[in-house]
Amino acid sequence: MAKTFSYTAQSSKSALKAAGGIDLDEADRAIINALQGDFPVCEHPYAQVASDLGLEERQVIGRIEKLLADGVLSRFGPLYHAEKMGGELTLAAIAVPEDRFDDVTDLVNAHEEVAHNYERDDDLNMWFVVATDQPGRIAEIISDIENETGLAVHNMPKLEEFFVGLRFEV
Amino acid sequence: MPELDTTKELDATDRLIIEATQAGLPLTPQPYHEIAKRLELDAKDVMDRIKAMQDSGVIRRIGVVPNHYKLGYRGNGMSVWDIADADISSVGKIVGALDCVSHCYHRPRQGVDWPYNLFAMVHGHDRTEVADKVAAIADQLGELQKGHKILFSTRILKKTGLRLKGSNTTGRDPSATRSAA
Repeated sequence: MAKTFSYTAQSSKSALKAAGGIDLDEADRAIINALQGDFPVCEHPYAQVASDLGLEERQVIGRIEKLLADGVLSRFGPLYHAEKMGGELTLAAIAVPEDRFDDVTDLVNAHEEVAHNYERDDDLNMWFVVATDQPGRIAEIISDIENETGLAVHNMPKLEEFFVGLRFEV
Repeated sequence: MPELDTTKELDATDRLIIEATQAGLPLTPQPYHEIAKRLELDAKDVMDRIKAMQDSGVIRRIGVVPNHYKLGYRGNGMSVWDIADADISSVGKIVGALDCVSHCYHRPRQGVDWPYNLFAMVHGHDRTEVADKVAAIADQLGELQKGHKILFSTRILKKTGLRLKGSNTTGRDPSATRSAA
């Protein structure tokens, strides 16, 4: 199977050791540690994982369900590469005057293409991700936000990706 | 392996599968069969297409994504670095390979006030640990970096998650389909 650069890099990295705050038993830990990368694509994938880990198929399914419900896992499934799906993404930032922060937040968040928006402790104090599935739309949205807010938007699309991913060991 | 122009290779059926799995895989003994049933497709076709998307990199990976806050990683900082243009690729690979870094990108500088062109999300149990790790990266890079800082998030203003419409085929040639691998 061909692997992307980031995948290769990920498998060569060590996992971060998790600590504190959560109560997991051995089966939970085995599932979290084993399933961050290669969930099988086959007729009975949970049964295969179960047999690799010495668990029952219904245990694996039940544990994943519970870990998702408890918020220990934020997702389970395929992680897609947005640009390779034909989408376009950028990271943008604005230096927002303090007294206008709430208004500007509303104006920026009103765009459905704004996926994430964070306040950060810097002169550039608002950082947001714009994602569209129509190539060429990003520039339009950035210029709309500039017109609506009267503030300069710094558009910082990625020029090269070196790594995406992170493994945790619990 | 050279990067494929995968957008032209995804057909309408692939996009249905993407849409059906963006929220996650079904927690049933045969999840791929379940997707196939919902989409009125053949299970083998669904599995072949998912494998082909793994090979082309459209699917980065299949598995669980732990919530790093719940695992005790509460101090996440966006570190930004001023790296000479000639060194950006080699330095990006070094920083991206560090255990504590989850995302690492080259982005354009923004004039004199923002000379930073390398972004790396650094994870630690608290902000002090993140600051220590960033200081260690700076030591490791030595003169390869001409300046850096860490931006911590102080508030989440919006978080809807990325949900691209898998079935949107605007601007793409619908005849440019790929047979299942």
